[in-house]
Amino acid sequence: MFGMNGYQFYWSIVWDSLPLLLAGAWVTIQITILAFIVGTLIAMPMAVARQQGEGWAYRFSTWWVELSRNTPAVFQLYLFYFGLGAFHINIPSYAAVLISVSFNNAGYMTEIFRGGLNAIPRQQLSASRSLGMTSPQSFIHVIFPQMFKVIFLAYVTQGIWGMLNTSLGMLVGLQELSGATQYAQSASFRTFEFFLVTALIYYLIAKGLQFSSHLAFRLIYRS
Amino acid sequence: MIRISNVQKAFGSVIVLKGIDLTVEKGELVCLIGASGSGKSTLLQCINGLEPIQGGEILVDGISVHDPKTDINKLRSKLGIVFQQYNAFPHLTALENVALAPRVVTKRSRAVARALAQKHLEHVGLGDKGDSLPSQLSGGQQQRLAIARALAMEPSYMLFDEVTSALDPELVGEVLETMRLLKSEGMTMVVVTHDINFARESADRVAFLCQGEVCEIGTAEEVIDNPRKEQTQKFLRRENRKPLEIVRSSVA
Amino acid sequence: MQFQFANQGLAWSDAYFLAQGLLNTVRLAAAATLVGTLAGIVLGWLRTVSMTVRIATAPFIDILRSVPMIIQLILANSLLSILGFGTSPFWFGTVALGAWMSAVTAEVVRASLLSVPVQYRKSARSLGMNGYQELLYISMPLAFRTGLAPWIGLVLSLIKDSALAGVVGYIEYMRSTQILITRTHETWLLLMGAGLFYFLICYPVSRYSRHLERKVRV
Repeated sequence: MFGMNGYQFYWSIVWDSLPLLLAGAWVTIQITILAFIVGTLIAMPMAVARQQGEGWAYRFSTWWVELSRNTPAVFQLYLFYFGLGAFHINIPSYAAVLISVSFNNAGYMTEIFRGGLNAIPRQQLSASRSLGMTSPQSFIHVIFPQMFKVIFLAYVTQGIWGMLNTSLGMLVGLQELSGATQYAQSASFRTFEFFLVTALIYYLIAKGLQFSSHLAFRLIYRS
Repeated sequence: MIRISNVQKAFGSVIVLKGIDLTVEKGELVCLIGASGSGKSTLLQCINGLEPIQGGEILVDGISVHDPKTDINKLRSKLGIVFQQYNAFPHLTALENVALAPRVVTKRSRAVARALAQKHLEHVGLGDKGDSLPSQLSGGQQQRLAIARALAMEPSYMLFDEVTSALDPELVGEVLETMRLLKSEGMTMVVVTHDINFARESADRVAFLCQGEVCEIGTAEEVIDNPRKEQTQKFLRRENRKPLEIVRSSVA
Repeated sequence: MQFQFANQGLAWSDAYFLAQGLLNTVRLAAAATLVGTLAGIVLGWLRTVSMTVRIATAPFIDILRSVPMIIQLILANSLLSILGFGTSPFWFGTVALGAWMSAVTAEVVRASLLSVPVQYRKSARSLGMNGYQELLYISMPLAFRTGLAPWIGLVLSLIKDSALAGVVGYIEYMRSTQILITRTHETWLLLMGAGLFYFLICYPVSRYSRHLERKVRV
């Protein structure tokens, strides 16, 4: 196939490297899911803390939220990768990407969860407490299930943004999908062909995540 | 004169108007009454071409409203319309609201448009509210503003679509007063309303619509005091018409 | 004999280098915002009034939101090079960020146009205004009020994403920082500078935009 200026598109070379790309895609998916879970677990108590309006937990979560939302994801990655390295704590790139994407997810999810918490009537909490449940029990069994239903779409969207952020692994030498592509194309310099296929793979992963989340929603909430 | 002949209208597969025949003579006030869903508001919005029709014809001063060759924007300046809600443009002051169309449509100069606007605001009793935003006005004042804005285009006909239905009861009176004022000045008006007492008091003729047709039409006394058709009787009984004396004192 | 090449400390010339990077960030963000917003307004309006356009452009928007920006930048770089359109990293960055901005702005524009109560538009048309007058005097001013805060959010995202333009050779602020870190190992000082830069732009602007949102809701 001929392009402009006599550039010949050469797709079969990408096909040969497909196993490498798919291995990278697997790393991407791993980190996406792990960072999604870790982010969620951190964001739940932080959202509750943010609702308090005062106290050290409130200030800590606010600091976390504002830092993660007002700086680039790549800065957050460098913070953990280079920043810890300056203290002679050299973490591998996999860990750096996982930690920074989790950090980022946690910040955004805290605010998403807050929106959901605000939509739940206050009486729900008082009712559960009156039934004898402790505060954590009330949140886990009564409040959070309702919250997740309300914010489900924004929550899943954030998960997908987390996936997009894993691509920064390329900048610190991680062989997730983008890094693997960078490595694979470095021999032939068929940058365009390789990265176009990679873009397609990302698109498919995103669609897959969206689809499975809709399925999960229906299974969990039976609506 | 507005002549509505055998007008049919459907929204998709739902038929809303089955064949409406109605004539409105100059200087008349015709009220359209009927249950929700009877097609009254839809008919009103067909008259000024906001809604298309699938059959029949509407002539305003001899011009066919739905003829593709008709200059609808020019025709619309003859027909003023006021809706139930969301009338006054929220981002403009009262004066700007009224002056906008004269400036933009009939190409008056800024100064002339402002003077015109002020005059019409005074006409409806909002002369001192020119610089207020609609959010600073009561519901009744916003509706009167919408009336002034429509009047500024010097229409020959005014169409009212349940303009008091969304208002708190104490604000209804000022709007009805304005409408009575217009009638006394000889404006031709078509009023869709739930307010049977207003219809009885102020209308020259009343048309009762049910299920997309004109079930009964006649003078206000005929239709409201002595309805002939059973549907009309049932409807009026449901509306539970209050005696005239009580209505007058609550409006004063 | 001591070889001292690895740990050259920060010099004043490096401050100049960083300042240039900072300026480059501003240039790129401004250009991409301008291009993306204008294209986005047109696209958003077209998507509102025409079902055909809406369906035809849906894949465009969907793809730009599902592929990482770093990939979009690299693709813009390689595609434009293949097509023979120059070698300026500034343009690669502007095309990629501008395309993304136009897609997301279009969605905001569409949503805010649709949020204008239809009654206002009917009133305007009933007064004799034609479609364009109604759009100009009624729909767009009202849509602007609803759409401003979300659009500001998009601009802030664009500024943060501009930090990736280093991958196509554009020496904006983040890349300059990273280059200096690698050379001087003054990691924390430089990182704090970078973090502070983006934070001082994004934080006040996002607070202001939240304030705007509250005003509009009233």
